Amino acid sequence: MSRPGSETKLATTNRQRVLRLAWQALAPFVGLGVVVAIFLVYQVLERPDAPFLTSFRLTLIAKQTAIVGMGALGMTVVIIAGGIDLSAGSLLALTSVTLAVALKAGTSPVLAVAIVLCVGLAAGALNGVLITGLRLVPFIVTLGTMLVFRGLAEQISEQRKVSAAAPDWLGTLLDPPAADSWQLVSTGVWLVIVLGLVLAAVMRYTVFGRHVFAIGSNEATARLCGIHVPATKIAVYAVGGLFGAVAGILDFNDLNQQGSPTSGYSLELEMIAAVVIGGGSLTGGRGSVLGSIIGALTMTTLRSGCLYAGVSDPVQKIVIGGIIISAVAIDQWLHRGQGG
Amino acid sequence: METPLLTMNGVTKRFGATLALDDVSLSVRHGRVHALIGENGAGKSTLMKVLAGVHPPDCGHMTLGGTPYAPSGPAAALSAGVAMIHQELNLAPHLSVAANIVLGQEPRKLGLLRRSQQDATARRALARLSQPDLPLKVPVGSLPIAMQQLVEIARAIASDARVVVFDEPTSVLGDDDTEHLFAVIRDLRAAGIGVVYISHFLEEVQQLADDYTVLRDGRVVGTGLIADSSLDAIVRAMVGREIDEFFPHVAHQIGEPLLNIRGLTGIDTPSDVDLDVHRGEIVGIAGLVGAGRTELVRCVYGLDRVRRGEVTVARIGNVGQSPRRSIRRGVGFVSEDRKDEGLAVDLSIADNLTMSRLSPYRRYGWLNLASRDRGVVRWLDRVGCKYQHPGQPVAELSGGNQQKVAIGRLLHQDADVLLLDEPTRGIDISAKAEIYRLVGQLAAAGKAIVIVSSYLPELLNVCDRIGVMCRGRLREVRPSVDWSEEEIMHSATGQEQPR
Repeated sequence: MSRPGSETKLATTNRQRVLRLAWQALAPFVGLGVVVAIFLVYQVLERPDAPFLTSFRLTLIAKQTAIVGMGALGMTVVIIAGGIDLSAGSLLALTSVTLAVALKAGTSPVLAVAIVLCVGLAAGALNGVLITGLRLVPFIVTLGTMLVFRGLAEQISEQRKVSAAAPDWLGTLLDPPAADSWQLVSTGVWLVIVLGLVLAAVMRYTVFGRHVFAIGSNEATARLCGIHVPATKIAVYAVGGLFGAVAGILDFNDLNQQGSPTSGYSLELEMIAAVVIGGGSLTGGRGSVLGSIIGALTMTTLRSGCLYAGVSDPVQKIVIGGIIISAVAIDQWLHRGQGG
Repeated sequence: METPLLTMNGVTKRFGATLALDDVSLSVRHGRVHALIGENGAGKSTLMKVLAGVHPPDCGHMTLGGTPYAPSGPAAALSAGVAMIHQELNLAPHLSVAANIVLGQEPRKLGLLRRSQQDATARRALARLSQPDLPLKVPVGSLPIAMQQLVEIARAIASDARVVVFDEPTSVLGDDDTEHLFAVIRDLRAAGIGVVYISHFLEEVQQLADDYTVLRDGRVVGTGLIADSSLDAIVRAMVGREIDEFFPHVAHQIGEPLLNIRGLTGIDTPSDVDLDVHRGEIVGIAGLVGAGRTELVRCVYGLDRVRRGEVTVARIGNVGQSPRRSIRRGVGFVSEDRKDEGLAVDLSIADNLTMSRLSPYRRYGWLNLASRDRGVVRWLDRVGCKYQHPGQPVAELSGGNQQKVAIGRLLHQDADVLLLDEPTRGIDISAKAEIYRLVGQLAAAGKAIVIVSSYLPELLNVCDRIGVMCRGRLREVRPSVDWSEEEIMHSATGQEQPR
């Protein structure tokens, strides 16, 4: 029996689906646009003499986004796999301190960077091994390693900031480029962009990336399909650690070539917020590398804008908290009806 | 003639462009079981939601006990005397049995719970169900599912329901529990309660119901007394075509042995199972829930741990150590739990279909997603899956089409041995027929197929041989033509054969 109208219904649902997908992909950009628009309106109404979007402010925003953004890249992979990494902030401190101590001890800069990357990989892999080997939930394991890594950072640095001289290529990653340079933004920001593009491609176009989505969406199915779940998970956390280490190197630059054991307190929460604002789901299976960077950018822009508008620090916190909740609420609303 | 207890007259419900219910009329009488039959998507659940007041009808009206009935929601429906027993039970697992029975209508005085009265109400309700032994104090979550269902029925009794609506109540129960549930429903009937029984198990309906109404595409296409109607007529009304097409026969040739199982023993079940499956052969595994059928195929596939025994494919290799190895040796598995294990329903059709084998689309480590989508489309056509786009989430497909994606995955990974655990559970009749045809075609293509199923007509009509499991052991394997449903049940319950 044919049902009249079923053809047209199919067509509309297909169009709706495409529209919804476009919305989901664009939502983080729209959020960022709204934040910028708010401060532009403020500028018109209150401070027509001092524009909000100066090149100075933009460079500053980009620089401030770099560290959280770099960490958020690794966090994106972990969250897509259905996990969470609370140790990311501590790992940032551990790796920045490691870099400073190594350089101070006279290690060659290339070797020092290699050591730091290995520390990040190993720390992340440790998270993964504990989670898969002991069958513990990631929240608990990384809560524990959050303290372990912080303690190690304090131990290595003897609870002090460690200054070390670094060559230009390693020590000025977050310095603004020369005014006449083609670079526009600092090398560290370029590093986030390039690594972000590479990671986005890996997540979409490699077997590893598809397996991460599969595990995050439904681990039982992944096992049934012959995916090596423990190995993939360990790799996921190792990747998270690797990005944490790069974030640590950026932090060393941000502090003018110092490694600080107190760096990155609660920074993991900002990384998680960036991923979530960017469309990541804490239940796994969903998230976007690009979205996470935009998420991090949104938070920095908001902070910078609040400063511009003379909003006090406590109020800033309240506003950002509200933004996180509404971003997730809107995201959930956009995904509603999927699977109905 | 007495006034019917509950009537629906000309109820119509539209969702956007879809006509979910089209001029549906129904009348439920005191002390009778009225079966509501139809395929998935026929409008049964919409009808139930209209009854419960979740969706108000667009037009038409309802009466309850002769007075107009227009509930504003489930709570209003319940206080008017219409209770729903949903497929997914609505219980608070941490609360006690007694607390669940009086949930929402707790006896109270000045805001304080009157515990003694709560227990008395609960005990009274359980007694009316002939279940006085059910403990009142234990948390509901610790009870087996069949008991939980009884608690939910007791809640309906405690609220003085005049009409109780059951939505596919046996889909979560084993055979013993099903019998028990039928006894409870017969008690309700004897107490003058009108029962609406939604199911697509026709055998059950025949056993239990007095009246029936068949829905198809939101319309009533048949109604009458069960006693006056043949099963064939009901099925014809349901599917709108002849029954012969239900078990389409595809000729297939049985070849050399492919899967050999020797002494396979798992942690609990199975124990010491021997079985050979040939190319082009369909072997069915029957048995009660808990007999170890699912565990048998899971052990063969390597999902459950094997204590001892040997599984070989084409006489080489001991498969059954991990799903990875099994896939590499050409063994594929479709899980009985489609939503939680079989498929990652939030991911796309393409992701699900290719999850077990991405290598054909990889070059220098990178995947070519466009060529993957082209490949996926070919396999989807091969299994006859209806979809809009390979990038569509699997959750948007109907159960039958989801199952085709799951089977398509096995074909895509190039499995020669297909282990299908309850492949037609929860999918509608025409999709079942398509799955049967597909299985037949796969056998004709030389695959060795094992089907675990609780639906005996399917085993008897689709399989070449059937083995019956009981308490972990594979009791006997015979050609399907040598089995009858009764003999299978005898064997499954551990009785000696009368032969």
